[in-house]
Amino acid sequence: MTTLVIAEHDNQSLKADTAKVVACAQAIGADVDVLVVGANCAAAASEAAKLNGVSKVLVADASAYAHGLADNLGELISGIGADYSHILASASSLGKDVLPRVAALLDVAQLSEVVEVKSDDTFVRPVYAGNAMETVQSLDAKKVMTVRSSAFDAVASDGNAELVTLDTVIESQVSFESQSLTESERPELGNAAVIVSGGRALASSENFAILEALADKLGGALGASRAAVDAGFVPNDLQVGQTGKIVAPDLYIAVGISGAIQHLAGMKDSKVIVAINKDPEAPIFQVADYGLEADLFDAIPALTKLV
Amino acid sequence: MKVLVPVKRVVDANVKVRVNADNTAVDTANLKMAINPFCEIAVEEAVRLKEAGVVSEIVVATVGPKAAQEQLRTAMALGADRGIHVETDDSYCALSIAKILNAIQTNEQAELIILGKQSIDGDNNQTGQMLAALAKLPQATFASEVSVADGAVSVTREIDGGLQTIKMPLPAVITADLRLNEPRYAKLPNIMKAKRKPLDTVSVDSLGVTLGEHQKVISVTPPAERQAGVMVGSVEELADKLKNEAKVI
Ligand SMILES: Cc1cc2nc3c(=O)[nH]c(=O)nc-3n(C[C@H](O)[C@H](O)[C@H](O)COP(=O)(O)OP(=O)(O)OC[C@H]3O[C@@H](n4cnc5c(N)ncnc54)[C@H](O)[C@@H]3O)c2cc1C
Repeated sequence: MTTLVIAEHDNQSLKADTAKVVACAQAIGADVDVLVVGANCAAAASEAAKLNGVSKVLVADASAYAHGLADNLGELISGIGADYSHILASASSLGKDVLPRVAALLDVAQLSEVVEVKSDDTFVRPVYAGNAMETVQSLDAKKVMTVRSSAFDAVASDGNAELVTLDTVIESQVSFESQSLTESERPELGNAAVIVSGGRALASSENFAILEALADKLGGALGASRAAVDAGFVPNDLQVGQTGKIVAPDLYIAVGISGAIQHLAGMKDSKVIVAINKDPEAPIFQVADYGLEADLFDAIPALTKLV
Repeated sequence: MKVLVPVKRVVDANVKVRVNADNTAVDTANLKMAINPFCEIAVEEAVRLKEAGVVSEIVVATVGPKAAQEQLRTAMALGADRGIHVETDDSYCALSIAKILNAIQTNEQAELIILGKQSIDGDNNQTGQMLAALAKLPQATFASEVSVADGAVSVTREIDGGLQTIKMPLPAVITADLRLNEPRYAKLPNIMKAKRKPLDTVSVDSLGVTLGEHQKVISVTPPAERQAGVMVGSVEELADKLKNEAKVI
């Protein structure tokens, strides 16, 4: 029994998610190998080799893998997967894109967003925007699953795994045209200890500056509700919720966010939740550890001065 | 060009569901049901492509109980031309659904298949990708912009760090994200017209697919409750609590 973890990286460095997915793999109890697939990804592969408890790091390094396209990655991983009992990836946009393809090619079902390991074939995952937790037993010979990384603590980087080069190069049917990634000095949403999140009430992209000032003072990341993203105040990758990013920071400050089921699904496992809203009936207060009924345009600048 | 849009009947997005008393399932009896919001976005996109003259026929398909025909009618009221209902009271995992849809695609030979990226009940986010793999087609998931030209489709995708644009030869599979479009409301005359549009009912067996048993649900439980919090009276009190009580700043 060996588990294969698909690494998340940008060729230069490993994303924090990978160390969390390895923690999930260790909870399953099998040996753990990591696959790093990319283009000029040697640096990321050597970081993966340091992850605690990893036996081997498989490296598929080719220009065909530069943009993380699902069809050729799916074929590559399902081929390698023949040797593994479990195949895990983070429930990131890459993992969600590629892993179902892998499962279908292997003729097995997939488990999405696993948050707990009960045994080597039984896992817990949220359904209905986290309003129910389903314990599911996989009856398939191979278990293919995406892992909600916020539910696991990263393993340490004190290992020394063997690097194994794979020569298989599979071309994609898809051509990459362009990419625009949000540039930010702030920590990544999935990885931040503090998140300051804004909703429709911010009313403009300029007004988000007051949240940015608070986030920066706390060394935190910026998040948003769907309404704020749809209105174009902030880029799409800041959306927190059922269909955006799922986060569980030490501190989540929800500002001018009503607390719709779909938003709560993305943040209700945060350790401490603060809600600032001028409507005392806003549902967000039901999940908040500290609620403040106030106009955000007064409260946020004042709070920024005090922290 | 023909487009296939698979859709799903789910509990309405505004309903907060509860787990049943014996912790075996979510209680869906007597709840308001609707077309999955992402599927609705997929239908809308197909209709817009038809209005733009790119698409000539929109086929919607669903796998589900008799009542799921309501969702096919909703899709036809938005502008789909005909429906295929694979009638079953069994609930299937995404892989089995993808196999059924693949059998439909084998018959239909659509040049574009647009699905919602996830259904808001199972939150699986798998079916489109699995269908693409089984049909050996390229895929573009989490689409926020689609344009078809010269036998190819360009799709802008919402990815973790921002946006990515890729180009696929047709036929291809696309899964719709929230910002792809804002679905229209069906007008009354269109709702009436939809009742007369062709709707075929078929069985899983008649499609000739063999489905396995892949997963067993052991239990369904409510999520952990958060402990009730407190309201603070001022920004000063909030800052103090965060520093000295919660110790998070
Ligand atoms: C299929 C589907 C998926 C979805 N996925 C997501 C998702 O992933 N993430 C997500 O966030 N949403 C999601 N939604 C949308 C969700 O249902 C809500 O519409 C959205 O979260 C609302 O955003 P909001 O709280 O910013 O806006 P609103 O609900 O409009 O709330 C604004 C709040 O600001 C308060 N306010 C106004 N002015 C001030 C002020 N000056 N000071 C303080 N407070 C003020 C108001 O009292 C109100 O509570 C989804 C919906 C659907 C149907």
